Parts: sequence; C-alpha cells; structure tokens
Amino acid sequence: MIRSLYIAAKDLKAEFRTKQMFNSMLIFSLLVLVVFSISFGDFLGDSSKVEKLAPGVLWVAFTFAGMLGLSRTFVMESENGCLEALKLCPVDRSAIYTGKVFSNLVIVFLMEIVTIPFFIVLFNYSLDSGTLLLLGLVLLLGTLGFIIVGTLLSALTLSTRTRELLLPVLLLPVLLPVLIPGVEATAGVLAGNGLSGISSELRLLAVYDLIFFAVSHLVFEYAISD
Amino acid sequence: MAANSRKTGVLAALAAGVMLLAVYMIFFYLPPIRDESGAVLSDSFRIFFFHMPIAITSYLAFAIVFVASVFYLREKALKWDIYARSAAEIGALFSFLVLATGSIWAKDAWGWYWIWDLRLTTSLVLFLVYLAYLMLRKSLEEPEKRAQLAAVFGIVGFVSVPLSFFSIRLWRSAHPLMFGGNSGGSGGSGLEGTALQLTLAVNFIAYLLLFAALFAVKVENERMQEAVDEKRYGEFEEGI
Repeated sequence: MIRSLYIAAKDLKAEFRTKQMFNSMLIFSLLVLVVFSISFGDFLGDSSKVEKLAPGVLWVAFTFAGMLGLSRTFVMESENGCLEALKLCPVDRSAIYTGKVFSNLVIVFLMEIVTIPFFIVLFNYSLDSGTLLLLGLVLLLGTLGFIIVGTLLSALTLSTRTRELLLPVLLLPVLLPVLIPGVEATAGVLAGNGLSGISSELRLLAVYDLIFFAVSHLVFEYAISD
Repeated sequence: MAANSRKTGVLAALAAGVMLLAVYMIFFYLPPIRDESGAVLSDSFRIFFFHMPIAITSYLAFAIVFVASVFYLREKALKWDIYARSAAEIGALFSFLVLATGSIWAKDAWGWYWIWDLRLTTSLVLFLVYLAYLMLRKSLEEPEKRAQLAAVFGIVGFVSVPLSFFSIRLWRSAHPLMFGGNSGGSGGSGLEGTALQLTLAVNFIAYLLLFAALFAVKVENERMQEAVDEKRYGEFEEGI
C-alpha cells in the first residue's frame, strides 16, 4: 500500500511540474460546459428544464475530459522505456495499478473541483455548503468508479494501434453502470434532496467501485505483461 | 479433422430440422394468444418465441466468453482463446437479433421502437460490450497479446452487464415492471397452456442447437486459421 503511494507520488510530482494533463483536461471540460450552455441558451432561464439537463451535462464534461487524461497515463510511461523500469520495481504489479488509480483520482477530482464553480455560474445554481459537500461525495464515488475501470483499460489499450480511439469505445459500455447512478445522484443533490434521498444511488456506486477494484486488481497484471 | 466436420454437419442438419419445426409451430401450430383478461393479443406477439430463446442464447454465449477468458489467463492454452472469440462473434450476432426482434415487436405493441426499459438497456449494453470486445481484437496483431488483452476485457465486460441491470432498475424505479408480464418468461401472462409452452421449448432447443452448430463451425474455422498461420509464419522464418 505504501509502495503504491510512492508510485502515485511520483506521478503527481511529474504532473504538477508541467500540469500538462491537468490543464488540458480542465480547459476541455470548461469548453464542454460552455458549448452546452450556448446550445441550451434559450431555456436556461427555465429552472425546471435546467434541473433535468444540467446533471447530465456535468457528467458528460467530466467523462470526456477524464478520458482525455486517462489515455495519457500509460502513454506517458511508454517513452524512454519508463514502463519497463516501472515493472522492474520490486513491488507487486497490482501496486502499480493502485498507485496509478490514486494519482489519476487526485488529478481528475481536482479538475472537477475547479470546474464546479463554473458549472454553478453557467447554469445559475445557488447551493449551500451542505449540498456542496454531498455533491463532492457523489463526484468522488462516481469518479473513483470511472478511474478504476479507466486506468485498467488505459493499460489495456496501450499496445493497440488506435489507442486514443479505442479507449472510449471500450470504456463507455463498461461505464454505463456508474454513469446512470452518478447522474441520478447528482440530480438528486442539485434538487436539494438530502443524503437519505440518494442513498440507494450512493450504495450502487460504492458497490460498483468495490467490485471493479477487486476485478481490476486481479487482472491488471495480465494487462501490462508482455 | 474429417470426423470433426462430419459431427458439425450432423449438428447443423439437426439444427436446421428443429428450426423448421420451430418456425412451423410458431406460425401454424400456435393458437391465438390471449392475455389474462381473455382478449386476443396481436399476432406480433408470436415474435416473442424467437426473441426470448435468442436472448437467453446471447447471455449463454457471453458466459462462455467469460469462462473461456478466465481459463485462458490461468492456462494460456490457445483453445480457450479460440472458444472465447468464437462465442463472442456469435454472441454479437445474437444480441443484435435480440435488439432487432424486440424493437419490431415494440413498435407494434407500444408504438415506439425503443424505450429505456430495464431489459432493453441491459441487452444494448451486452451488444455494445461485444462490439467493443471485437474491436479490441481487431486492433491487436500479436496473437498472444491479443488473446491475453481480450481475455482481460472479456472478464471486465462480463462483470459490468449485471451491474448495468441493477443501475437501470434504480433509474427506472418510477416505472415498476411496465412490461414485465410479457418479457418475463413462461410465468408471464398469456403463456399458460401446453401449446405455448411446447412451442417455446421447441424454439429454445432450436436456437441452442443453432448456437452449438455455429459455434462448432466457427471453432473449426479458427483452428484451421491457426494451422494456416503457423505454416505461413513457419515458412517465413525459414525464408529468413
């Protein structure tokens, strides 16, 4: 566990030196929000319609921006034989996976935290601090599920010919069980339902995270061995 | 090899025979179907007897992909990879047929081709996972790497299908079992009576036989392909 934290720390250090991935993901997700906001411009004043649309828009932005970052996680390692060096580390292969999940989670979650204020401004919400905390919890659980599967599939597509194209194709069908409760829970939070209103969605997200973490942990070794 | 293809031939002939019987039973043997209140249902309901066996078969094919993937990762034996890819291709075809037959019936019965219903969406996810699996296979060239990575995705994809079932159940909880009676199997309305159950059983056997025959042909083809590849690459290496 400590060892995977070392790997995560290495990734985060490398990322925050350049902030290349973080910045491009952030700008991309903001652009998605702006595009949706423009195309729905006519009825942004109608709060009943915004309430139905906005949670989906938020998740579309996060999913696509996140995918942009995920496709980079292992490509970054393939330069200068870094992946081989990483595999030579005296750690379990699954520790590499856990470390990558952790660093990706931190980067994507930070990106989401920065995006949220823009989302609130563009879609005209006013949220109190309790709601914001709850929204953070929903986003954390949903993003964790997204990252858990995405990191595995990112390693899987590393050696394919069309990796940037293939990752979304593989990821989206598998991601459906996290997107549906994620969007539902976000809609519930934004509509002002408390923790009790979204508990079944949160439970499902947690179950998804646990099951997929266990499965990915087991099969990751095969995804990067050659 | 010759004995194998003879067995496949017998299986295919048997599948064709039972299939003819099954189609005959659907269109000529079945009496008009009534629902619980006794009203005669539209004839379009007969498509159900194709639909449900195909759906069950597509789930079966997917289970084969999963089991073969697990065994491939354990044993690294080529035969498991051949089983997985054969089942995946046939499964993709069957899961497409599920969506097609379901939509045709839905247009007649509900007036829409598509509704985000529980079972419909689960079938769609199944189909998409199959497509993604085949796409992944297409974009890898090295046979061993392809087999291994495809096996990893086969396992992950299989796990996601039941989870999507639960997530959609949550999503659509406002519509409790709208159409549950019809697609729920032989316990549903309108499926009392031996004629109906017999027809359904014969159709089940027909589609399972069809699947078995296709699977046998496909596995044989893949084996031959492997043999050809081995010869070709062998000569290539000698040429160097």
